[in-house]
Amino acid sequence: MKRLSPFNITSLTLGFAFLYLPMILLVIYSFNSSKLVTVWAGFSTKWYGELLRDEAFLNAAWVTIKVAVISSTFATILGTMAAYVLVNAGRFFGRTLFSGMIYAPLVMPEVITGLSLLLLFIGIGLDRGVLTIVLAHTTFSMCYVSVVVSSRLVSFDRSLEEAALDLGCNRFGAFRLVTLPIIAPAVISGWLLAFTLSLDDLVIASFVSGPSSTTLPIKIWSAVRLGVSPEINALSTLMIGVVTIGVITASLISKRNSVRAQRDAQAAERTA
Amino acid sequence: MRKFALIAVPYSWLLALFLIPFLIVFKISLSDIALAIPPYTPTIKDGFGALIKGLDFENFVFLTTDDLYYKAYLSSLKIALISTLLTLLVGYPMAYAMARAPDEWRATLMMLVILPFWTSFLIRVYAWIGILSNEGLLNQFLLWTGLISEPLTILNTNYAVYIGIVYTYLPFMILPIYATLERLDDSLIEAAEDLGCSRLSAFWLVTIPLSKTGIIAGCFLVFIPALGEFVIPSLLGGSGTLMIGKVLFEEFFNNRDWPVASAVAVILLLILIVPIVLFQRNQQKQAEAET
Repeated sequence: MKRLSPFNITSLTLGFAFLYLPMILLVIYSFNSSKLVTVWAGFSTKWYGELLRDEAFLNAAWVTIKVAVISSTFATILGTMAAYVLVNAGRFFGRTLFSGMIYAPLVMPEVITGLSLLLLFIGIGLDRGVLTIVLAHTTFSMCYVSVVVSSRLVSFDRSLEEAALDLGCNRFGAFRLVTLPIIAPAVISGWLLAFTLSLDDLVIASFVSGPSSTTLPIKIWSAVRLGVSPEINALSTLMIGVVTIGVITASLISKRNSVRAQRDAQAAERTA
Repeated sequence: MRKFALIAVPYSWLLALFLIPFLIVFKISLSDIALAIPPYTPTIKDGFGALIKGLDFENFVFLTTDDLYYKAYLSSLKIALISTLLTLLVGYPMAYAMARAPDEWRATLMMLVILPFWTSFLIRVYAWIGILSNEGLLNQFLLWTGLISEPLTILNTNYAVYIGIVYTYLPFMILPIYATLERLDDSLIEAAEDLGCSRLSAFWLVTIPLSKTGIIAGCFLVFIPALGEFVIPSLLGGSGTLMIGKVLFEEFFNNRDWPVASAVAVILLLILIVPIVLFQRNQQKQAEAET
């Protein structure tokens, strides 16, 4: 029988306090009415109002969301293709190079990825803007997507796909009707991962963005370099709130699905 | 034919946007700085012969003559190493406690570890500025308790960088260690205790060796990105904090010396190859052990 010792409980409590206290303090101080961020002067939501009136922030937020939606969608398509190739294509010319190019971006320092892409865009004369950020984000997030999707594809029973082919599906039909529904959870989490990576990226975006395409992290960066600001606290609180709601919803949905799957399996056993 | 198309699309995307950019960085690291657009020479326009003749290792020689660069590499290695060890010290007890927690808690604990990973990295680093600064909340708290009489200077020193790295990379340490500890067979520890081991020596002789692959994986997952880190040293570190990611960024944007920035990138990559290869080998060993 496993039991938590006092030491285990202490390390969990301290560890989670360490992980969560900074964010909780940030949220609390976003409601501080004082401009001096470390002195509490009463409850106020005025920084939220100032934030929502700040055109530059709203523009940056819009650019960021646009980039994240487009790049994560492309990354999901390309990454799923790449995962399918890695798992199912067998041997082909340059396979080692291909899998190397999938795994290398995961460990590559962002400064190097950003620098190399910028040098490419300048070399081919592509103006820096939304397009170049989308290209850069698609490239590194497709690798994350393909790792997530391929771990699901490895455990996928290929005989199901073969059965669909025997029953008259063409290859694409078999993929769409059989494989895709089974790997869908991995594809969706790949998309979410790519979306967050794109929302979050500062370093690569600073290299490849132009003056007209400032993203939210770049905007936050230039503001926080000058120190703590209450507006950024408000913005952070909004972002933390959205993520928390998203993650909790996702985990509730997956819990409900697994409970349902268990019940179905039990029901199937009873009838059999 | 269809298979060919399926391979060709992601393959050519990665060739064009991953491999070729690298070759360009490598080529520019061998070029000379120039007052032109783009600010280096020679370029493709000079013709192929002049292009080959114009390349040399001057920038790499320059990196060895100015001690800023080797100091930056050494101090990046040092900072990455110390923060990896600190992350292990914080992360291992948490992973261990999670693995021993009752089954119905595990999903929640897991979610609590992963949640910070989904929140903006930049914001999580930024949160520490308000805590660590001289008038910050930590100093206010310590002054209030009477533990200190003068505010501690933590922000803009290497200590703040360590805290920042441990904080942001902690989930990367916990998850692989938890994965190995969760599969650990408890009867092995009971056997060790029956055979006369104390609790502590059973932990040291059985649990630690059996979670070795997780420890190694976690350490590399922290060490590799910490080495090239740019955001944490720039926001939390001071002028005395030398890290190579920061040097590269400043060389490129402030000095506009693209060839030297490229040479810095090439060397950083060469340094990273060793831990990356070791990490891959560790992962392979783990995969083989599982099958």
